[in-house]
Amino acid sequence: MQLLPDNFSTTGGTIDHLFYVILWITGIAFVVVQVCLLLFVILYRARPGRTAAYIHGSTPVEIIWTVVPTIILVVLGFASQGAWANLRERVPANATRIEILAEQFAWNIRYPGPDEVFNTEDDVTTINQLHVPVNQPVVVHLRSKDVIHSFFLPLLRVKQDAVPGLTTRVWFEATQPGQHEIACAELCGLGHYRMRGFLTLESPEAWQAWLTSQGKQRVAEYAP
Amino acid sequence: MTHPHREPRFLRKYVFSTDHKVIGVQFLFTGLTMLILGGLLAMLMRWQLGYPGQPLPFMEKIAPEGMPGGIMVPEYYNVLFTMHGTLMIFFAIIPILVGAFGNYLIPLNIGAGDMAFPRLNMISYWLIPPSALIMLAGFFVEGGAAAAGWTSYPPLSAVSSSAGQTCWLVSLIFLGTSSILGAVNYVTTIVNLRAPGMTFHRLPLTLWALFTTALLILFATPILAAALILLLLDKTVGTSFFLPAGLIVDGASLAHVGGQPLLWQHLFWFYSHPAVYIMILPAMGMVSDILPVFARKPIFGYRAIAYASLAIAILGMFVWGHHMFQSGMNPVLGTSFMISTMVVAVPSAVKTFNWLGTLWRGNIHLTTPMLHALGFVSMFVIGGLTGIFMASTPVDIYIHDTYFIVGHLHYVLFGGSLFGAFAGIAFWFPKMFGRLLNERWGKLHFWLTFLFFNTTMFPMFNLGMGGMQRRIYDWTQYAHLAEMGPLNRMMTVSAFLLGAVQVIFFVNFCWSLFRGKRAGNNPWQATTLEWQTSSPPPHGNFAEMPTVYHGPYEYSSPLVAEDYLPQNRKL
Repeated sequence: MQLLPDNFSTTGGTIDHLFYVILWITGIAFVVVQVCLLLFVILYRARPGRTAAYIHGSTPVEIIWTVVPTIILVVLGFASQGAWANLRERVPANATRIEILAEQFAWNIRYPGPDEVFNTEDDVTTINQLHVPVNQPVVVHLRSKDVIHSFFLPLLRVKQDAVPGLTTRVWFEATQPGQHEIACAELCGLGHYRMRGFLTLESPEAWQAWLTSQGKQRVAEYAP
Repeated sequence: MTHPHREPRFLRKYVFSTDHKVIGVQFLFTGLTMLILGGLLAMLMRWQLGYPGQPLPFMEKIAPEGMPGGIMVPEYYNVLFTMHGTLMIFFAIIPILVGAFGNYLIPLNIGAGDMAFPRLNMISYWLIPPSALIMLAGFFVEGGAAAAGWTSYPPLSAVSSSAGQTCWLVSLIFLGTSSILGAVNYVTTIVNLRAPGMTFHRLPLTLWALFTTALLILFATPILAAALILLLLDKTVGTSFFLPAGLIVDGASLAHVGGQPLLWQHLFWFYSHPAVYIMILPAMGMVSDILPVFARKPIFGYRAIAYASLAIAILGMFVWGHHMFQSGMNPVLGTSFMISTMVVAVPSAVKTFNWLGTLWRGNIHLTTPMLHALGFVSMFVIGGLTGIFMASTPVDIYIHDTYFIVGHLHYVLFGGSLFGAFAGIAFWFPKMFGRLLNERWGKLHFWLTFLFFNTTMFPMFNLGMGGMQRRIYDWTQYAHLAEMGPLNRMMTVSAFLLGAVQVIFFVNFCWSLFRGKRAGNNPWQATTLEWQTSSPPPHGNFAEMPTVYHGPYEYSSPLVAEDYLPQNRKL
């Protein structure tokens, strides 16, 4: 059964995997509790002549149902930690850098151009058009001009808030070419719902070609 | 004991009363009124989600600016979810669970004549009407009501030009003050005014829950109040607590320097995560009291449940950062908040298992309060388990700020808190008003609410898994949500039905107030002290101050012929 939509990033695969692991664990707990509840209500329904048992509890049982969930949950926490550290802290050194400056209600996107250094003549800027090469890591540095926004690529399982006064970053690696969307996931005002951008995943060669073509017709100044 | 003083006049008796029972009922009526308002806002919101851009002609008269021609504008949608969340959390659930049941039950359950500080109690209620009026005034001021979400994150909330946001802040400062005054009273009363023999371990679990809730309010609400004042200063006099340098809004450069947007989130969630427990602990307590009555069996694991409440309160103070995993907060902090969040799920699981243990080998009577209590257990489990998805930081990357969260919180706050409130109302209504609610209508209300609640809220998980962001006016903008139409329409139809069946509850409530069957002192044959006095109890609560000899859950005890042993009956 597929509950989550298709995923187009290597980083998203680990997220989906953890999601389904948690779904199994919670699903089993859910079924056990609901079945017990229903069963007890049916089995122990009031009937003439029935009396309830006079029981106040059981210490061994309390210990078991305290310790077992604790172990499962803490293990789940540690199992999540590897993926978390990987996604948030271990940005690959060879990652392609892109900067995004969010504003009400658009994404200002900047590429360093062929010299791979920002703030030089060959920087490429676009609005709402994010092009990303596949099969190589990309790191996005996020800032915001006005209010908090959240950079959300649903089909790549990427989400990171853009906070005024801070630079946050998020990395991912796309797996196959395609056209997707950027959504804003943090309420940013009346146009929040239409703060939509376009994501093009393409081969590194096609991406380079696109970048070069954009560099020639650069118009917008990237606001600080 | 007769009362030497004169019977108080109408105004002092029913309006500016210091009697905890009257104050409790005042909280109840206020909370239920706000519940209706909050529910209507939700239905309007669902209309836009189910039928985007379709007109609702009658709304043009009610909200000419928000819905010109009956078609909703985006600003108004933002107002709707902001005010829905605010009204439900601060003006419906907390006043009903903490205000109404706290005030009504604490003195009765501990065998006291009233609260420790009756006048403080009266003030704590009378801060609510001005607070509610200021909040609702937002709908009528320049720029409309607050529209920055119930979380009001700055800079958005601080830079908005709407006067409604200022109303929102001022109103909640009043409300926070009311909560703090109430909590001081609860703690003092429970510690000092217990009847002879009423040890802490003989307190009904509702009282344990209310005691820990009051402690949480005392520790956390002042932080919210401080944060609200700072945000109000940022918004009105130009300070920079939450606003950094270099903001450019609507093309204009703002003069703020040196503030931190994330500081608000820390302060806000330092209160608002404990607030989730403030909204669920009393319901858990009431369910722990109602299940034994209708299973005719002692609660399973009294101490485990009592200490689990304390554990939730303590651990609950250390999990606020799980709302901020994607906020730009240091990821190392994310790790520690993930572990504490995983652990805070344990005491809730322990309680659930003990409730099942209570039902096991009981003699279960499916009355209206029992149905709601069982509904609580069943639905709260979904709310609790879905929380584990968000606790896992990597999974939260995807589902944060999607409908998955909206589904989760509605299973906790409607499936949990509101079913708990319905259970409590059905259970204590005869004590409060001396008359029983109609059982047939009560059961019908339960089953229809249970059905339509699930058909409204469960699909939220599917929307969330599909990546649908929360708080968006028009989801049809997005390609990845193209398939969401039928589900959204089904939810909208369900939401309207869910709203409609609440009419059954309100009609039953109002009709039974005057025409219900007389209840007598103890219609449920329960053991706790409130049932050992008349319904409603007199001013001063007990004709003779009770002495307590037993725990609160002596059902089917072999010591007595009946299947219950009141706490104050000497053997």
